[in-house]
Amino acid sequence: MKTFLTTTALVALGLAGPALAEIKIGASLSATGPAAFLGDPELKTLELLVEELNAKGGINGEPVELIAYDDNGDPNKARTFATRLVEDDEVVAIIGGTTTGTTMSILSVAEEAEIPFISLAGAIDIIDPVKPFTFKTPHTDRMACQKIFEDMQKRGIASIGMISGTDGFGASMQAQCKSVVGDYGITIVADETYDPKDADMTAQLTKIKGTEGVQAVLNPGFGQGPSIVTRNYKQLAIDLPFYQSHGVASDGFIQLAGTDAAEGVRLPGTALLVADLLAEDDPQKPVVAAYKAAFEAKTGTPVGTFGGYAHDAFLIMTDAIARAGSAEPAAIRDAIEATSGLAGTTGIYTFSPEDHLGLDLSAFRMLEIKDGKWTLVE
Amino acid sequence: MSELLQFLLSGVTVGAVYALVALGFTIIYNASDVVNFAQGEFVMLGGMTTVFVHAAGAPLPLAVLAAIVLTAALGVAMNKLAIEPARGAPVVSLVIITIGASIFIRGAAQLIFDKQIHSFPAFSGDDPIRIMGATILPQSLWVIGGAVAVFIGLWLFFTRTLLGRAVLATSNNRLAAQLVGINTTFVMTLSFALSAGIGALAGVLVTPITLTSYDVGLGLALKGFAAAMLGGMGNPKGALVGGLALGLLEGLTAGYISSQYKDAAAFIVILAVLFFLPQGLFGRKSTDRV
Amino acid sequence: MRLTQKSATLLALAVIVALAPLFFPSSFYYRVGALIFVNGLAVTGIVILTGWAGQISLGHAGFAGIGAYACALAPVHLGLHPAGAVLLGAAISAVLAWLVGRPILRLKGYYLAVASLGMGILISMVLNNERDLTRGPDGIDVPDLGLRGALKAAGLDLSNGQFWYFFCGIALLLGAWLALNLFNSPTGRALRALHGSEIAARTVGIDVARLKLQAFVISAVYASVSGSLLALQNKFITPDVAGFMHSVEMVTMAVLGGVGSVAGAIFGAAVLTLLPQVLTVFAEYEQLVLGTVMVLVMIFLREGVVPSILRKIRGAGE
Repeated sequence: MKTFLTTTALVALGLAGPALAEIKIGASLSATGPAAFLGDPELKTLELLVEELNAKGGINGEPVELIAYDDNGDPNKARTFATRLVEDDEVVAIIGGTTTGTTMSILSVAEEAEIPFISLAGAIDIIDPVKPFTFKTPHTDRMACQKIFEDMQKRGIASIGMISGTDGFGASMQAQCKSVVGDYGITIVADETYDPKDADMTAQLTKIKGTEGVQAVLNPGFGQGPSIVTRNYKQLAIDLPFYQSHGVASDGFIQLAGTDAAEGVRLPGTALLVADLLAEDDPQKPVVAAYKAAFEAKTGTPVGTFGGYAHDAFLIMTDAIARAGSAEPAAIRDAIEATSGLAGTTGIYTFSPEDHLGLDLSAFRMLEIKDGKWTLVE
Repeated sequence: MSELLQFLLSGVTVGAVYALVALGFTIIYNASDVVNFAQGEFVMLGGMTTVFVHAAGAPLPLAVLAAIVLTAALGVAMNKLAIEPARGAPVVSLVIITIGASIFIRGAAQLIFDKQIHSFPAFSGDDPIRIMGATILPQSLWVIGGAVAVFIGLWLFFTRTLLGRAVLATSNNRLAAQLVGINTTFVMTLSFALSAGIGALAGVLVTPITLTSYDVGLGLALKGFAAAMLGGMGNPKGALVGGLALGLLEGLTAGYISSQYKDAAAFIVILAVLFFLPQGLFGRKSTDRV
Repeated sequence: MRLTQKSATLLALAVIVALAPLFFPSSFYYRVGALIFVNGLAVTGIVILTGWAGQISLGHAGFAGIGAYACALAPVHLGLHPAGAVLLGAAISAVLAWLVGRPILRLKGYYLAVASLGMGILISMVLNNERDLTRGPDGIDVPDLGLRGALKAAGLDLSNGQFWYFFCGIALLLGAWLALNLFNSPTGRALRALHGSEIAARTVGIDVARLKLQAFVISAVYASVSGSLLALQNKFITPDVAGFMHSVEMVTMAVLGGVGSVAGAIFGAAVLTLLPQVLTVFAEYEQLVLGTVMVLVMIFLREGVVPSILRKIRGAGE
């Protein structure tokens, strides 16, 4: 309230730049196309949050307008829409980039126009090296690999097989896992891939199964691929620990793979999946519970990690605008970078000039599926 | 040994899926010389409609029936609205029309259904059947059985029934077919209904294995199309053999060479076959009219 | 003085490129314009291949992919200037088209369609899978062309959007000029004879196979250069540029506008490039609208929008 008063005073004096009338936030998401599985809940989340926020009076009393475009997962279209958001709609900030490809396209437009941009994609290249106006909410895929390898190390696993999707998500995580696996004294002895549209992966799994010394299997991927891999894993009765990635961290995965096949699968997930299991004093508990309830009530579909990324991006953005007391892009950027200890669904964000992701490994929780339910490991 | 067998079973499972999609192409092609790029959307509709009708409370068999009938009706509508009016258009226009129709159906499906991935339970459970150390899911047998049944049905239809011969006659020479008293408009309607119905049946059978969503059609259509071409367009035997060959090729390449380039191997073989047999393995020979 | 169709097309195009910016509501439209010109260049190639020589390709995005990745890779690995990389990409595309074209152009209709489709998919698969070189599906940065900076030093300061608008506009004009010259050359006439009837063309002594191959190679170069321009403009490229849907898009643009005429094809490129921008409010219905437009135009304006309308106008005038 105090900030609000100061801001109004400043605006009255004409010192705080343009008044906070209709704060325009832009978004370019892959609501259709090959990444629709991720982009669709992201868009619905943003729409839901804007509605909620405006019903509560907006930011510092000013309503937020969301201008969202569907880029079909096409990086070229994403660049066009980012240009449109900046030059035609004149937004003060951009959320989006469902995939790494679309993010890289939006990124260069946002950086050139000096508009703060929060990406929802995984690759580490987005924020490493740090670019002044670009931030992101999902953990990097490298962190997912590290979390998984940490867990494998604890279980005494030293050699593994990998089966990865050839889509951007799977391929990027496969590469990151291969680059950090040595740090954990683990070797990858079998390395297979599948096309995301494939109907059967028993051939690849048979090869992994027949490889000497495999102690566990890791499947980076998203969409239907990992569900089919999980079913085939059970079909072949492979009796080794099985790890999935955060790409399938949603109740939908258990349904599609089947409770039986999914039994014992471990993956690095977020607090969102285990909302009920969180300790009462867990700082993420209130925000996770509220988002889960609102999203599931509005869409009738279970929450997933990816919608959570959009939730956190919007939270960080609106929190920054409120603290900046201004809808000046440069002021918003500075405020985002100063975000500290902000609890989102994915983790607790603390940004700094050197760190535009603001999460560490503790944001990931190692989950295991038991009797069709997510449980916390350890 | 059991590894090889598993690669083969994997290949047969995938191949049967391609064969079912490819079989759908044959009828329309036989009746009208149109390759229907929307065939994959029929497969998608079969799966998605079943999922949603089933979710609305109908028992699975009823949902399956509803899906097949609705999709067949849509096939007829597509013929009346998009294909009949374009009679005589060049191949490239027909390609654009059927791709346009497929984009339209996909767009409608994402509005009517949703953008999530769905499935329904396998017909005979999920317990794998063991054969000499390798395994196959009962649902794969349903798909293989479906492909063989559709193949036999089509083969009988085209060779043993008057109606089937009428379809072939219409394809060979529409005017001559009309002159001998064949109702070519009815033949066209029938072939679209049959093709769409077979597509929907394929979608129903494969969904417990491949899962389904509003955008699975294109990928299936491309593979089915390639399989039909490999075998020779318009020949049910070609569709069956082409589909199985493509699936086995993928399974064996993934098993023995590189899973990354298994699709590449499939397309290289198709290019090679077309190079030596420009009409595919079992295709009709045709000569150009001047 | 009566304008020939060639000079009329080029003049109209030049006037549009030069004057359209006067009507832009915001600088964003330079971006849309530049995309239209890049797509226009690719479909001009399709006009030569499909409209004049009568051959289908559902794999031309593969050549766009080669042009695009040449610009991303050659400057880094071979030390080439990006402009040189455009030429290198075009050369690779031409050689590949020549090699692949010889066997597959013997095929007809749908068989050619599936063969070219296979070729396109193979190229996009290599771009996706050879991560060590192409960095895989997440895409790769493309170096700056450097021309905008040079112009600025010379006193002409254009914004990024303006620069690419005029640069691609000039490239399209050049491409259209070359295509229209080809149309009026003996080769162009032979091509059109081929489209009419291959057998008739052969009987009057036209080397059909060689001619088809020429059209295939030329159209591949157009696609490649368009891919290069897209990559340089976006300074970032992903394997999507070589994807099946991009191939379909090229053919659709050309056929909707009128695959027999350069002006028609460019018009088709403009319409389909604008469509997603116009439909953002109804983004959910975009696919429904696109599908409907494709079907309706093919049924009611079979030669494509521009030739059908021109015919009606001429018909009314006579």
